[in-house]
Amino acid sequence: MNDDLDHMRAHMLAAVEAAPGLDALDAVRVDALGKQGRITQLLKTLGGMTPEQRLVEGPRIQGLREAVTTAIATRKAALEDAALNARLAAETLDMTLPVDATPAGTVHPVSQVMDELAEIFADLGFAVATGPEIETDWHNFSALNIPETHPARAMHDTFYLAGVEPGGDERTVKRVLRTHTSPVQIRTMTSQAPPIRIIAPGRTYRSDSDATHTPMFHQVEGLVIDRGITMGHLKWTLETFLKAFFERDDIVLRLRPSYFPFTEPSAEVDVGYTVVKGKRVIGGSGDDTDGGWMEVLGSGMVHPKVIAACGLDPAEWQGFAFGCGIDRLAMLKYGIDDLRAFFDGDIRWLKHYGFASLDVPTLSGGVGVAA
Amino acid sequence: MKFTLSWLHQHLDTDASLTAIVEGLTRIGLEVEGVTDPGAALAPFRVARVLTAERHPQADKLQVLSVDAGDGPMQVVCGAPNARAGLVGVFGAPGTYVPGADITLKVAAIRGVESNGMMCSARELQIGEGHDGIIELPGDAPVGDSYADYAGLTDPVIDVSITPNRQDCMGVRGIARDLAAAGLGTLKPLADAYPDAVIPAATSVIPAQAGIQTRDGSEGAATSASPDSRLRGNDAVEPVEGQGPGPEVRTETPGCPAFYAQGITGVANGEAPEWMRRRLTAIGQKPISALVDITNYVMIDLGRPLHVYDRAKLTGPLVARAATAGEQVLALNGKTYTLTVGMTVIADAVAVHDIGGIMGGEHSGVSDGTTDVIVECAYFEPEAIARTGQALALTSDARQRFERGVDPAFLDAGLAVATRLILALCGGTASGITRAGEPPLATRTIAYDPDLAETLGGLAVAPERQREILTSLGFAVGDDWRVTPPTWRRDIDGPADLVEEVIRIEGIDKVAPVPLPRIPGVARPTATAEQKLERRVRRAAAARGLDEAVTWSFVSEAQAAPFDGGAFTLANPISEELKVMRPSLLAGLLAATERNLRRGAGSVRLFEIGRRYLEDGERPTLGLILAGDRRARGWQGGKAAGYDAFDAKAEALALLAAAGAPVDNLQVMGEAGDAFHPGQSGTLRLGPKTVLARFGMLHPALLKAFDLDGAVAAVELYLDALPAKRGATGFMRLAYAPPALQPVRRDFAFLVPAALTADALVRAIRGADKASIVAARVFDVFERDGEKSVAVEAILQPGDKSFTEAELKAVADKVVAAATKLGATLRA
Repeated sequence: MNDDLDHMRAHMLAAVEAAPGLDALDAVRVDALGKQGRITQLLKTLGGMTPEQRLVEGPRIQGLREAVTTAIATRKAALEDAALNARLAAETLDMTLPVDATPAGTVHPVSQVMDELAEIFADLGFAVATGPEIETDWHNFSALNIPETHPARAMHDTFYLAGVEPGGDERTVKRVLRTHTSPVQIRTMTSQAPPIRIIAPGRTYRSDSDATHTPMFHQVEGLVIDRGITMGHLKWTLETFLKAFFERDDIVLRLRPSYFPFTEPSAEVDVGYTVVKGKRVIGGSGDDTDGGWMEVLGSGMVHPKVIAACGLDPAEWQGFAFGCGIDRLAMLKYGIDDLRAFFDGDIRWLKHYGFASLDVPTLSGGVGVAA
Repeated sequence: MKFTLSWLHQHLDTDASLTAIVEGLTRIGLEVEGVTDPGAALAPFRVARVLTAERHPQADKLQVLSVDAGDGPMQVVCGAPNARAGLVGVFGAPGTYVPGADITLKVAAIRGVESNGMMCSARELQIGEGHDGIIELPGDAPVGDSYADYAGLTDPVIDVSITPNRQDCMGVRGIARDLAAAGLGTLKPLADAYPDAVIPAATSVIPAQAGIQTRDGSEGAATSASPDSRLRGNDAVEPVEGQGPGPEVRTETPGCPAFYAQGITGVANGEAPEWMRRRLTAIGQKPISALVDITNYVMIDLGRPLHVYDRAKLTGPLVARAATAGEQVLALNGKTYTLTVGMTVIADAVAVHDIGGIMGGEHSGVSDGTTDVIVECAYFEPEAIARTGQALALTSDARQRFERGVDPAFLDAGLAVATRLILALCGGTASGITRAGEPPLATRTIAYDPDLAETLGGLAVAPERQREILTSLGFAVGDDWRVTPPTWRRDIDGPADLVEEVIRIEGIDKVAPVPLPRIPGVARPTATAEQKLERRVRRAAAARGLDEAVTWSFVSEAQAAPFDGGAFTLANPISEELKVMRPSLLAGLLAATERNLRRGAGSVRLFEIGRRYLEDGERPTLGLILAGDRRARGWQGGKAAGYDAFDAKAEALALLAAAGAPVDNLQVMGEAGDAFHPGQSGTLRLGPKTVLARFGMLHPALLKAFDLDGAVAAVELYLDALPAKRGATGFMRLAYAPPALQPVRRDFAFLVPAALTADALVRAIRGADKASIVAARVFDVFERDGEKSVAVEAILQPGDKSFTEAELKAVADKVVAAATKLGATLRA
């Protein structure tokens, strides 16, 4: 009897181990543990045994059953594993095949720089203001101390609207495309009480078209109206702005007396540059070797007549204003050579000079985007 | 405004270098645009003598010269008729660049004879028009020396940009005055600026009290020897007391308040002297004749325009009067101008001879044969000059000066200089002077507070220094700081102007930066709601793979037409292509799309955020174009696929969602407009009236107009139509607890009438049981045998407890009933 059980055990375990697949293994299981299985039959014999016999044979038969059950489970897991591996191997793909790239869009340099300006000036307490691009004579010229016969009007290369009869209310009849963002000064001063700190970026127009001029371009205007504002504040603001914009501490400004009808005193502002590898890079003194001065801004103290034209008392309120080309700022900061390409919509250019959607200028993350 | 260094030295006694002068000019607001040295181009040319001249063996018109330019004889072939032995001229050696001929000389054989350089004509050196022959110098000219040095052609030309407020610096003397004030020399008496033979030095030493023009007795000039009067004395020139009565002139119009004139008889109008011609040539003015050159010279030298009439061509007295409508004049530029009332003319009994203050007439202009002249020195009203100039579109050096306001106190002196120059250079006899009318000499006096230099200009300047600066510029400064500007500074009319004078001379660059005080309180957003919206939409579009373009605000009429035309057309466009303010952003984007496809782009996804210019306002708008391949051909997707209207709809909805629009409440309706495909486009509306966007495929006829032949999808999104966020609740959000029970999904498939839209069906289903159905979505559509089938899934959200089978059946019945009302039947 003992020999029989041992023999059966060896035989069954060998059969489990030899089962080539899950079906064969199941046949072994049925043969051993099924309803008519040999181990099942053996277990049935326990009922006919004496208690003494059962005490001896019971554990032996149970032990056989457990050993075979365990062996089958182990073998089953091994066979399943092998089958999965075989399936996965059959599913192998060429991972070097290309994927469909999601197209990456871009933000135009002009928009990016406008966002940068808004961020820099927000830190100085300047709000962003806007105004119409189709303007009245009064807002674009007269209120800015440029009367009709002023030579400066002729120098503005103004675009006029066709079919607008002469005369009419100078303050309401739209007649020109704004030649600068300065009318936003007027619209701000006539609509809100001082103190005022604004920048006004936007499209401007002059009838001028060559390699370095386009009939449409972008300007940003700055205006501060408060008590006790001097040219010293103007100079600090421009210095702070340009340092923040170019992210350089070595920005050197040179103020030159100039003339704008709407500011007095007036100054043009040059910024020093250095020639690096044939390109003009903003920074350093223009008087250095390899250096030069580049005009970037017009500015001045708001003319008392302009303040008065807006209904404010020039004896109480004074301030400064400045204007600057945004396209030019973008060109200088990001090394873009051709102004005309700004307005062509060439996607090759846009993808090269444009900015990623997530490149949002912030003070904490940096207002500029490294190349 | 151009002048030469030696010309400046006529007025300014200075030992400052050219560099110091150039830097000084820019520093005080007279921006130097450039300095050219004509001598530089002439440096290699030398004075040379022709030793022998023989006929060229092969050519009748050529000669073979032996030339000595200081290094012994050299053989030169020359075609000039005046080349001859003994002539002293100008020689360019091989290797020299000849500016007037734009060639670089080299040793060459000319018709078989070697030539080692060239004897030059005036035109070849760009120093004159003469090209009849080579330059002939006096026989004693130093052979071998630099020609430029010998001829004094090394005078640098300085080009200064004069701002419109500084008429006084449209004359060399005014620039000299500014430089003197800036410490770069001393202003000489006016008479010293001319050769003694023209204006004897003695004529300028005139005490102020006897000044030709004293200013009105204003308070500021109360001190008897005010610096202003002193300067005026410095600027004075004694008039020529001629013989007999002055010419018959008068003024009848406020456009010409003063008309001074002097007659000169027996002049000989030859060539102006070389010093005058050389200076005029150096600054680009072509010498014409002595009389014309004299008027030009005085205008540039002193900022004082003049006119000289040929007396023989006048009939009766010269009158400054208002033009009559339709009156015509042939001006000196050869063009005929038709005048209108309000313009000022100088006319005799027969005809108009001058568009007053702007340009003289051809008829009475001086010529070689002129013997008797009338010299006009008048004051024209600046605003009237500006209006006339604008109306006639006529610019001239005289207009530029008169419309900016010439010195009203310089009429006598200007006339005296002109008369003296004519007498000295052309001979003749002067008549008396006629002074018709009076120039506006009334002066303004400005109450000035020297503290303003610091409180406005940001630069503390000691009051005494301020007084010194103002005085040196010709201002009269009273002890009580009442300041009277000089007559030549029409631009000064308030304290701020005086601050500018002080600051610019003291050095505007010395203004020290002062921080703006920080605004108290917490930082608030500085962008407006509209700007924030634009930023969000812009970056959302870029994140969706669209490239932002910036296109012109103006388009052609043809490009505007499909978008109902533009409301604003430019009177003076740059070109027909840039003429009409755009009524839609799509026009510019389509033109850009066409350029991109022509350059070989496979897929174009462009957008722009900007304004449309409509009759009732400038509307912030986003335009978007999808063209070319939506997907390139690939190993996964197979063939390339183009964009369809649903791509446009997807972009529109995504961007509206980014903009914060209530996307779920939007209705899709038709009527996207003529620009779109009538069956594959729509509008997205909030309520029946508020159109937030148009989208769809563009109309083939429109695409053809833009030279596009493939299908193009587009969106126009109206940023100003988006509703503002309502119920500002600060940062706090509404309380939220997720539903405790899972939602249930039920699918329905209907056969529907062909005209029934999916949207109508879904809305009906959603509305069938609003308490239970939280969402409904089409998940299948197909058409077969003329029948259309739409399958919709409805999401039912249980509340506190799960739905019972009976409840679910009741909801399903309501859904079917709602659909049936629309003509749909549940598919078996």
